[in-house]
Amino acid sequence: MDFSTALVLNAIIAGLLLGGFYAAVSVGISISFGMLDVVNIAHPAFIILGSYIAYIVNDRMGLDPIVVSVVLSPLFFAFGMLLYRIYYLCFEKRGQESLRGLAFFFGILFITEVLLLLVFGVDYRMVQTRYSETTWRLGVVDFPLRLAVPFLVSVVMVVSVQLLLTHSFFGRAVLAVAQDQLALRLMGVNPVKIKERAFALSIATAGVAGAFLIVIQPVQPAIGREFIGLVFAVCVLGGMGSIWGTLLGAFVLGLAESFTSTFFGPSWSPAVSFGLLLATLALKPAGLLGR
Amino acid sequence: MNRLTRWLSQGLFALSLALASSALAQQPLRIGFGMSLTGPLAGNGKAALIAMQIWAEDVNTKGGILGRKVELIYYDDQTSPSTVPSIYTKLLDVDKVDLIVSGYGTNVIAPAMPIAMQRNMMFMGLFGLNVNSRFNYDRYFQIMPAGPEPAVGWTQGFFDAAMTLNPKPQTVALVGADAEYPAMALEGARAHVKRLGLKVVYDKTYPPNTVDFSPIVRAIQATNPDLVYVGSYPPDSAGMVRAVNEVGLKAKVFGGGMVGTQFAALKTQLGPLLNGVVNYELYAPELSSKFPFLDAFIGRYQSRAAQQGVDPLGYYLPPYAYAMMQVIEQSIKAVGSLDQAKLADYMHKTEFDTFVGKVRFGKNGEWAASRIMMVQYHGIAGNDVDQWKKPGKVTVLYPREYATGELKAPYYENKQ
Repeated sequence: MDFSTALVLNAIIAGLLLGGFYAAVSVGISISFGMLDVVNIAHPAFIILGSYIAYIVNDRMGLDPIVVSVVLSPLFFAFGMLLYRIYYLCFEKRGQESLRGLAFFFGILFITEVLLLLVFGVDYRMVQTRYSETTWRLGVVDFPLRLAVPFLVSVVMVVSVQLLLTHSFFGRAVLAVAQDQLALRLMGVNPVKIKERAFALSIATAGVAGAFLIVIQPVQPAIGREFIGLVFAVCVLGGMGSIWGTLLGAFVLGLAESFTSTFFGPSWSPAVSFGLLLATLALKPAGLLGR
Repeated sequence: MNRLTRWLSQGLFALSLALASSALAQQPLRIGFGMSLTGPLAGNGKAALIAMQIWAEDVNTKGGILGRKVELIYYDDQTSPSTVPSIYTKLLDVDKVDLIVSGYGTNVIAPAMPIAMQRNMMFMGLFGLNVNSRFNYDRYFQIMPAGPEPAVGWTQGFFDAAMTLNPKPQTVALVGADAEYPAMALEGARAHVKRLGLKVVYDKTYPPNTVDFSPIVRAIQATNPDLVYVGSYPPDSAGMVRAVNEVGLKAKVFGGGMVGTQFAALKTQLGPLLNGVVNYELYAPELSSKFPFLDAFIGRYQSRAAQQGVDPLGYYLPPYAYAMMQVIEQSIKAVGSLDQAKLADYMHKTEFDTFVGKVRFGKNGEWAASRIMMVQYHGIAGNDVDQWKKPGKVTVLYPREYATGELKAPYYENKQ
């Protein structure tokens, strides 16, 4: 095997691992924006909140941040329910969700950042795990566990969300909300409650994605803003409301970034990624797996 | 009677003048600035503010300057250049400050410059890189010791230290973020590459929000460089160091211009991964005998920093923030007034004695000579912050007058 083959194989693996992380940070947006039509611009702030909660438990008790995030995901779920209830009562119920709702989530983004600043200060934070400095080597291919562990848990999480949405009454109700709320009401189901729980699910996934982020790189309260463009790009590329599409879109962007960085120069990777997004939308406006 | 009335009125006028001038003397000497207390560079901004507050307390304990207590008036610039012009306008027009100094970093110094120039204010910059190259303002001064050509001075230590190796390095890879500081650092690095006749085998930048650096490191590894110079901000520095360890980079020397490893957060988080890395620092405990006043100052800073949740070591910015205020203090005392032209003139001509040593400014307001230290980390075990508070974890390679040892290469064999 020559050296360039090793580069290609490593670029594929690095792209897939990165895509797994991108899928985790984007799946919540795919639910809230893609299915519920709630433009939750504060989603990255909840990811950072998840990072800090994982950090504090890891720092004080030495527990694995990803395990902590999964265990504490019901808390994020409950917080998501509360947030949606406020959003519904203040904006959606009055038909003011478009611009004022957007401003509401911008406000939530800034408030979350400032609260994190006040509580944790301004330094970068990172966690120590047993696997974060270990790299498995399979022939010429590297699997840094710092990225591989979040990848595996992310894939499990995204597949679980997809199974939940397609194989449960709740999931089918969420899909119904996305298509026709009036029809759902006629079936005797309250779409607000369904949306409340679906939104809560999206916030719970953000909490878990936050743990992935702090395992991969140091975080500070304002770093979430860097992911706003990415999460919406993955959601739109994959197809609005399609969980499989989100996973596929994340892998496509991850692979595009990895290959561009390896072979053409990393500064081109945003152009290539967003070029792919534009090309996809031109050829298939609904996204890769959108309907 | 008329004469008596005139004497009385003249006496009262003289008394009121005396009282007014006395009241003016009692007014605090107000120094205004914006500072990054929130946003990405808030960690540095808060650390600098602590140092400046310690200076103000020290000065006021000694009776102030020109018989006036010092008062610091500051606002949070949110690490956003767009907030800076309004902050300095308010400081000068509403708060009526006597002097202005800058917040932390090039991005917030540059937007304050036009206002300082319009008002003919002497303006002291805190860690700006080559800000005055476009303004050419003769009342601008800057405290970071990057020298008269900041880009060149910033990167000189890395290349001069690397060229002490035998056999001499032949090839170099240059990589940095698509942002202002890395662009400057890479520009300086290219100047040294040209001067030293090195062959550039990789010269690329990456987007600031890059998450995974391993594809970049693999691409660099494929070019097999002797030296790898990196210009990066804290999250990228951490990502780059981790990726280099994961991929197993085979360079002789790695590092150079990575921001972040000067602070406790990254020092402790990266821990042993830093062993063998060569990077810039501005102070290390190994040099405490060269800077006799710094130990006591850093002790005071560290006790406050712990309470405020900012960099608990304070080796990078705080000593220089304090020194910046010392320069201003010494200038006002020597000039005897707040005349901005006389202050600037005095600062151009004088060598100042500060906590960070002798400071002399060149024509463009930068230090007359560069003094960016290049160090190599070694012997780091675990992630304990206390190991960094005593000598033994770095070898100072540059400048030669501060050197405490020789560069150990190749990098990958010195990761212990």
